Parts: sequence; structure tokens; C-alpha cells
Amino acid sequence: MLLVLISQHLLPVPAIIFVKYQVKNMNLQLPVYLDNNATTPCDPRVVDAMVPYFTQQFGNAASRNHPFGWAAEEAVDYAREQVAQLINADPKEIIFTSGATEGDNLGIKGVFEMYASKGNHIITMNIEHKAVLDTCKHLEKQGAEVTYLDVKPSGLIDLAELEAAIKPTTILIAIMYANNEIGVIQPIREISAIAKKHGVLLFSDAVQAVGKIPVDVKADGIDIMAFTGHKMYGPKGVGALYVRRKNPRVKVTAQMDGGGHERGMRSGTLNVPGIVGFGKACELARLEMDKDAAHTSRLRDKLEQALLKIEEAYVNGDPAHRLPHVSNISFKYVEGEGLLMGFNKNIALSSGSACTSASLEPSYVLKALGLGDDLAHSSLRFGLSRFTTEEQIDYTIEQITNTVLKLREMSPLWEMYKEGIDLNTIEWAHH
Amino acid sequence: MAYSEKVIDHYQNPKNVGTLDKAKKNVGTGLVGAPECGDVMRLQIEVDDVTGTITDAKFKTFGCGSAIASSSLATEWLKGKTIDQALTVDNMEFVEELNLPPVKIHCSVLAEDAIKAAINDYRVKNGMEALQFEDSVVH
Repeated sequence: MLLVLISQHLLPVPAIIFVKYQVKNMNLQLPVYLDNNATTPCDPRVVDAMVPYFTQQFGNAASRNHPFGWAAEEAVDYAREQVAQLINADPKEIIFTSGATEGDNLGIKGVFEMYASKGNHIITMNIEHKAVLDTCKHLEKQGAEVTYLDVKPSGLIDLAELEAAIKPTTILIAIMYANNEIGVIQPIREISAIAKKHGVLLFSDAVQAVGKIPVDVKADGIDIMAFTGHKMYGPKGVGALYVRRKNPRVKVTAQMDGGGHERGMRSGTLNVPGIVGFGKACELARLEMDKDAAHTSRLRDKLEQALLKIEEAYVNGDPAHRLPHVSNISFKYVEGEGLLMGFNKNIALSSGSACTSASLEPSYVLKALGLGDDLAHSSLRFGLSRFTTEEQIDYTIEQITNTVLKLREMSPLWEMYKEGIDLNTIEWAHH
Repeated sequence: MAYSEKVIDHYQNPKNVGTLDKAKKNVGTGLVGAPECGDVMRLQIEVDDVTGTITDAKFKTFGCGSAIASSSLATEWLKGKTIDQALTVDNMEFVEELNLPPVKIHCSVLAEDAIKAAINDYRVKNGMEALQFEDSVVH
């Protein structure tokens, strides 16, 4: 069916050409994908679950009066249970969204509007995703007061500073579960204990954590939480906002007006195939999380240990509090984008270098850890998945090691370092 | 963003990577950029005292592919030119030759600055005044 659809497609579809590659008797398919913090491939089991909901069970879940609507509603209800189960929530606490950016907006703006009579102060931190930071900036223009906490060099929040920042007007603490660039996991339970003690709601952007590590909204004490399908082998364009219904009952003001779907908190016809796929992805994550985490952390550790054998290579973020599939490494004296160019036809990765962006500013997350701009420019982010293979990791180790060594031969900074020159004593011509 | 073939070729097979002896009087060294900005270029020229011709040029660059390609190309262009000819090299020539997109124009500016800095270093070492250049506008 899909093949027929594609062959009838009138526009040329850009395609990635996968090539079989023979290295030291290993079978390897290139390019290797290690950018799973950006997005993951859909698990084929997820796609299989979704397909009938495009052409056969295509009904609108809000159509109450015929079998097409009933089938869609039933599918959505089932998915809602699958999603809720993954995070130990009640299905009624799940609001389907278009993804985590919408969830961040709805969660934070929705609380700000709903609890305006209680106060206007929000506490967040400076390594949050832009979807949280920019939402807070937007609210500042609407009269919110926002405290952006610094993090420690480990990437972890300082709990004492958090507690000290709370005022009588504080209505919300917005702290991510785990960071997208460095994978550092925040002490969510300690944070929620502080929030509870002061009667403040806790919002968490848990996009990178849900499906990768156990997230339990009850035990963790989270009141509102945004997450999404496409970071956990589900489809793009569908996510969920968890909104607590008991102890305390939380409400958020809708940010889109319309038919009153999702208990009035998120109007808009439900993306039934997407929701079905998201549900399936949550179920698979719940059942296979331990296996996935063991697999990715073993390969991640292998990759990291091999790359740290390169001189002047450093891990960014606290390795003891980290997602199992993430590593962020700076290779001093080589620039990240130049480094990527050595292999990016064959290995898909991200860099904290900003050479690709117009601003020329390196990663604000790495800078917030206290890294100098030079180290921030020299970083690579690795995100592994349940589909990553040992051969791919071996190939990646070899390619990155070779490219770092080659670029250092070309680097004036490396030459100076080797000659014992302190780069801080040089008067650079800033431009 | 895809790189042009010429940038890729210079990146994969950079021309004239290396170091000339800074102590020599007829070697001029230009070091421009800053580690915090994500690119540092060091360009060196060796000049024939009699003819004023650049007989050798070497570079080392910390930076992205476009920065590496710009400096590699600069060394190629400089060899065989006189100092006066070298001073006429304009950053837009790098942009055209390497097909640099707008976000990479600063790499070409850096290459032009590196050439001028190397020439000035050579001039000062040899008892001449450093030339004054207008500040680059594109930074």
C-alpha cells in the first residue's frame, strides 16, 4: 500500500541513500544515525499499529454517532492508557498535544493564566530547552517575574538556590527532567519535595527522559509534564501533557480555543494515527526500557571510553546522573563543525559549535556549565538508540579518532598547546 | 547545509598545512580570530628579499570546513605573488571561488585579514611601517 502511494507521488522525494559498507569483515550500513536526541526513527511496530488509522479507521474521535467515530475514540482511549501507564498516571490526566513545544507552552502559560490570582513568579533554569525559556520570556512581557537559576558545573541544579528563590508570589517551578544536550538528569524528587513544601506547582519538560528511564509522576511528585512521541521511537507531531488531577488537582488555561477537546484544555481534532503510534511507542518503551537502557549504555560507555583515550578530550555533564544513551564530549583544540565535516556524510551527529547558526554563539547549555567558548565550540553530542549496533559504534570510534587527530595536525591551537604556550596569555583579535 | 565541492576538496586535501620558521626575518606570520569565536587562522609567508615575491606559504586553522578551505586557498593564491599583489586579494574572491554561503562570509574575511596580518608582520620585521587597513565591515 505504502509503495503504491510513494510511486504515485508527483514530487521527487529526497532520499537518504543507505550503503552497505565492509569494514574489517563487519557489515555496516551507512550513514550511521547517532542524533537520537534530535529525533528517533519510528519503530516498525509503531508504524504497523498506525497504518490502519489512515485509510480504514480514519474516523474523527469526536464523531459520537457512527462506527468510524467509535473506532477512533476507542483507539485514542487505548493509547491514552498506554501513555498513562508508562508514567504511572491516570488516563484522564493525559492531554494529547502536537508535541513537547506545545506541551511546554500549554503547561507554563496555562498555569500562569490559571493561577494569576495566586502570584506571577516562575522559577526555571538556564539550561532548559528554548521551548521553556522562550515561553518564560514571553510571559515576562505579560507581567510574569521569572527567575532563571544557574546550574552547577555538573549540569545539576543547586537545590538550596532553588529553595531560596521561592517567594510568596511563586506559582510554578519549571525544571526539565533530563537535558537534551548533555543528558544530565535533575534530582526531580528532591525538587518536587521543595515545591510541595512551599505549595508551588512543579512543571517538567521530560521529553528526553520519558521512555528512556523510569518516570513515575506519582513517586516523582510532578504536577504537569510535557513529553513527545518522536524522541521515543514514535511518530513526529504528537505528544502529551500530563496534568495532575489529585493532590492537588491542577488546571491549565487552554491556549487554543475551539471544540473543547481534551477536557477543554486542548481543542483540535485528535491526530488519531499519531496518537495510536505514540501509544504503541509508550507501550514498547515500558516493556523494553530495561533492555534498551542496558544496550545503549553499554555501547555509549564503549564509545565514551574509547574517545576519552584521545588526549584533551572531556565529557560534559555529570556522568553519574545521566541518561543511558547520551554522551557529550569536547575535543579541545578542534572546532566542532570542522570535526563533523570529517565524517558527516557517514555519521549523523550534533555539535555544540555554533558555526552553523547565524549567531556564531556556541551552545548556551555548555556555556552554562562554565565551559569556555572554545570547549563549547569543540563539542559533539552522541545520542544512541535501541537500533544502534556495535559495528556502528566501532566505526564511529575509528572515524572520530582519525578526524580529531587529522584536524589537530592542522590546528594552530594544538601546536601552541604542545609547545606549552598558555592560550589565555595571547591577545586574540576578537571579531 | 551542504558544503560546495571546492570546500570539501580543500578540507579533505588541504594545501600547504604546516609551519614556517617564525624566527626567520623573511617570514611573516598572521594570527587572526579567537578560540572563543570558533575560528583561529595562522597564515605564514616566506618572501624572497630580492624580488619581493612570496616563495612559500603555510597555514594552520582551527575552525569549520569553510575556514579551513579559505586558508588553504589563501596559501595557494599567495605563492608566486608579490607582496603588492597579495595586498589586493579581497575576501569576496574567496566567497566566489568557494561558493561560501552568507553565514560563512566571516571565514573569507578572516582569510583576508590573515594575509594582511602576515604581510604587516613581514614589513615590521624588515624595518617597514605596518600598513593601516580599514576595519573589516563584515565581522
